[in-house]
Amino acid sequence: MKKYYHVIGIGIQNNLTYRVNYLTRTLFSFIPLFAMLSLWRTIYAGQGGVISGYTLAQMISYYLLVAVVDVLTAVNEDDWQIAADIREGNISQFLLKPMDYVWFRLSLFVSGRIAFMAVALVPLAIFIACFGRYFVLPVSGTAFMTFCISLVLTALLQFFISYAMAMLAFWVLEVSTFIFILFAFEYIASGHMFPLDVLPPTLKHALFFTPFPYQLYFPVGIYMGKITGSDLWHGMLVQAGWVLVAYMFARFMWQRGVRHYGAFGG
Amino acid sequence: MESKVQSPKSNVGVTRHPSPVARYLTIYGALWKNSVTREMSFKGNFILWIVVELLWFAMQLCFIGVLYLHTNSIGTWTQWQVVLLVGASSFIQQTYQAFFLVNCTNLSELVRTGKMDFLLMLPINTRFLVSLRQVDLGAFVNAAFAVAIMVFAAGKLHLHPTAVQFFGFLALCGVGILVHYSLMFMLAAISFWTVRAQGIVWGYYNLFNIARLPDDAFRGVFKVVFTFVLPVLLVSNVPTRVLADKLQSPVLWLLLLGMAVVCALVSEWFWRLSVRRYTSAST
Repeated sequence: MKKYYHVIGIGIQNNLTYRVNYLTRTLFSFIPLFAMLSLWRTIYAGQGGVISGYTLAQMISYYLLVAVVDVLTAVNEDDWQIAADIREGNISQFLLKPMDYVWFRLSLFVSGRIAFMAVALVPLAIFIACFGRYFVLPVSGTAFMTFCISLVLTALLQFFISYAMAMLAFWVLEVSTFIFILFAFEYIASGHMFPLDVLPPTLKHALFFTPFPYQLYFPVGIYMGKITGSDLWHGMLVQAGWVLVAYMFARFMWQRGVRHYGAFGG
Repeated sequence: MESKVQSPKSNVGVTRHPSPVARYLTIYGALWKNSVTREMSFKGNFILWIVVELLWFAMQLCFIGVLYLHTNSIGTWTQWQVVLLVGASSFIQQTYQAFFLVNCTNLSELVRTGKMDFLLMLPINTRFLVSLRQVDLGAFVNAAFAVAIMVFAAGKLHLHPTAVQFFGFLALCGVGILVHYSLMFMLAAISFWTVRAQGIVWGYYNLFNIARLPDDAFRGVFKVVFTFVLPVLLVSNVPTRVLADKLQSPVLWLLLLGMAVVCALVSEWFWRLSVRRYTSAST
């Protein structure tokens, strides 16, 4: 366990060298976010009242929370790096070392998130403060607690899915297209583009049979009190289940991949 | 595609001392041929990238579909007008991507590795070569899909554009591409100052996202900045307004034209300033 703490420590230092990169990325991401908020404001101005159970303030809070959850849990460049490690043969050393590659990468993922948070927190807080009068607080203390637990599960789910995708690099040279295709589905079906509640109910219901809502919508929904009572506990179990499935799938892909792997040169 | 590769070549055979235009066309023809060869050596990947772009385009359309489940208009824009806008914006973006995008994103790499040395030494305009080295053929396919969506939306809107509207639209799309190119090339030229400019160049992607939203959704400082500083709000909104009869006065298209000229001039000035700063990486 101790060695992985060490990896996290080194990872944070490495990641912080890219702080300017992170900062520009965060600042640039405010532009489409702000555009999205303006778009909804215009729609509410024309429509008034409540859309699919969301007031204007709730709708704006939804997108702000998505931005927060994104900073905390989104996979940044981990999948590209893993794919590159496989392609370039850097994983050979992990077949010998007493260190498991998946935990090594998870440690780096955690350190990446910590570094990103350190850089993005202040600009994001300022941005949210600008929309202060729209930002709603968590509906209850319990909601906030479960939101935090769900965040951890979200991060793990994001990581294991990306890890499994990156394993494709054992078989194909260029994995970015596959990653982008999955990302497109994640973007719309996880609630990045809009809260899933604005979808027709049957479609929303169907989406909950996939892992996508648990990659983003679920924790935000808890925070906003859209998911409560037995739905909440049931949802948490399903989310944990998806994490387990994604983990086992990631392991399985790794094992199959390593069997296929031929390290040349060394 | 084939004729474009061939025609400049045959020109060379006829004229022994080609005019500068013919010379540049010849060079561009060779670059095209090079790109075709390159793309065709990774056919599977070529098709997958088209799929990726189409998927994202479909997502944009889904988003519009979902929004209009809950509202009849965004400002003055109706559903099919926005679909037309998204189509036009995708057409402009994809055409831009076909000619310029890869080249803009590669600039920082050329600077970092010192490969600029060779390009600067060649007896042709460096900006020409840097901007047009590679052609992204897949983007033409995606542009064609965007056109198909626009035709469909125009049908839904019962649009019967006059010749002036139609050619005005095309010309303004060209102007929009020029705006995207000028702005992104300027951002890419920052790599002469700081090597880590690639992030900034990719940041421009966020501006494509704004270009496809209806201008009525924006007010205040945001609208002013993205109209008069980085005029991406004009790029696809103005051509779409021309096509969809949403233009009350010529102010908007004159503004787009004016801003494009300003962007092009500033971009060229900044490029010259940047190249002067270039110190080879190898020495």
